[in-house]
Amino acid sequence: MRNKFADVFFEESKRNDKLVLVVADISPAGSVAKFREAYPDRFINTGVAEQIMIGMTAGLAQEGMRPVAYTIATFTLYRPFEFVRDDICYQNLPVTMVGVGGGVNYSTLGATHHAQEDISIATSIPNMSVIAPSDPLEVDAATRWCLGTSNGPVYLRLGKAGEPTFTASAEEPWTYGKIRLVKKGSKTAFLTYGGISKIAFQLVAEKKYQDASVYSVSTIKPLDVERLRWILTHYDEVVVIEETSGTGTLGNQIKRLAFDHGAHATIRHFHLQDEFIHIYGSHDDVLNAHGLSFEKIKSTLAA
Amino acid sequence: MRMSAQPKLSDNSVSRCNAYRKKILELSRTVSALHVAPAFSCIEIVDVIYNQWLSKKPGLANHRDVFLMSKGHGCLIQYIILHEKGLLSDDDIKNYCKPGGRLGAHPDYGTSGIEASTGSLGHGLGMAVGRAMGKKLQNTPGEVFCLISDGELQEGSTWEAIMMGANKKLKNLTVFVDNNDFSGLERMSEAHPAFYPLADKFKAFGWDTYEIDGHDAMAIHQSIALAHDAPKVIICKTVKGKGVSYMEHEPIWHYRSPNDKEYAIAMQELACHEK
Repeated sequence: MRNKFADVFFEESKRNDKLVLVVADISPAGSVAKFREAYPDRFINTGVAEQIMIGMTAGLAQEGMRPVAYTIATFTLYRPFEFVRDDICYQNLPVTMVGVGGGVNYSTLGATHHAQEDISIATSIPNMSVIAPSDPLEVDAATRWCLGTSNGPVYLRLGKAGEPTFTASAEEPWTYGKIRLVKKGSKTAFLTYGGISKIAFQLVAEKKYQDASVYSVSTIKPLDVERLRWILTHYDEVVVIEETSGTGTLGNQIKRLAFDHGAHATIRHFHLQDEFIHIYGSHDDVLNAHGLSFEKIKSTLAA
Repeated sequence: MRMSAQPKLSDNSVSRCNAYRKKILELSRTVSALHVAPAFSCIEIVDVIYNQWLSKKPGLANHRDVFLMSKGHGCLIQYIILHEKGLLSDDDIKNYCKPGGRLGAHPDYGTSGIEASTGSLGHGLGMAVGRAMGKKLQNTPGEVFCLISDGELQEGSTWEAIMMGANKKLKNLTVFVDNNDFSGLERMSEAHPAFYPLADKFKAFGWDTYEIDGHDAMAIHQSIALAHDAPKVIICKTVKGKGVSYMEHEPIWHYRSPNDKEYAIAMQELACHEK
């Protein structure tokens, strides 16, 4: 996902000289290195200093530029939180804040590098849009939207590298603020976003769920409430799979909406635990420790 | 680059600043608590910025100086001057800190003439560095002025901004430190002696550094006029509560509003300064 973001950013930067990338000491891999070489002035590394990374993007935006802050998700959102809130969101500035490795992607680096509650935190700030693309193709579309169309603060949550593509033949195009039908079915709807979407697609490859729908809810804020209401009244079972924890998860929002709307669909919610699980290993190993594996979800759904 | 070998300071800044202090005191009568003393320490600085420098320069397309009040608790003086300049209305001032009004005890971006939402300390300088960088990247003329409190120098974020301002050689950035030596609680140089002297810290980061009397309008004006090839800091020695004897150097006036008796004394003292 991060490579796709870098490719799109570099491509767009050739057309738009207002684009600036402000990073906090993260290695400029792939096309970011090319961007840095082509436009050294528009690549700003603040070093290990995330407060000024965010503060500078606010000032750059106020001067008419389109800045993007970019580093590991914990350091994009947590370390400079008050700057994200006051400088960017309170002033409602067009700044995209990219969090790389959202969730527990940095699986060998420990909880200091796990943005496991980032969705709850980011969605809690007024004016903030929160986008977590489900695959590299959605990263492409979402990045173009952030760089060209967005006129406010965005937390763009990316995975890392090597994520598979699921949405090449989706039923609908990616649209900001819209829940996207990727695979059409009936009775059961899988709602998911981010790299963990892969489990939903693994499940619908199984006979039991071959007739299920899969929706990509990559815009978590603003939430497409209208379509959610429709989904809640047109499916018997709604399965939410997300790599995040906390009170502001998509699943919790859907349950609240279902209650308010009197919807009777069965809602199953799979998410990271509200816990610092002390484990190192692959991304899948850490997800598994949180109960987010294909096998565990499959057996829970069957129970 | 700014050059003015013999800068002229227009007219009667002393009586103007005195009048500003009176207006702030009048306004302080309308709410239960606000930041009188921290506004009084920076009145001459803000006066010189607005009344001598902050303007669109004729003949220079896109020229725009900007002023960020990083010490948002000093915004009363901004409001008074912006009102005088017609950017804020009589109603704005009348409804200060009241329901239906748009002016609070900290300034909000989007209000006419206000360039940054501040109040939480340690934010303004980072935004000012971003603005100066934005002007540099786009080759836009104009100076970025930023006023910080000396208390803000205790925020790590301020030093991140000082580092980046120097790294990027922002010669369109001028920072004023309102060095009144008081935070909300106590005298800073006594509570945190290891932090002083201040000027050495800026010099070590490569900033053009000046120290002046922050109530001397001519000194402020001349310091601004000096050309600079690095970001410039003007450390202004000031008195918190300047102009009203019982407020000077008294931390309680960071928060308090004067009662009737105190108000009368203050107005009397300010009237004497005019003579």
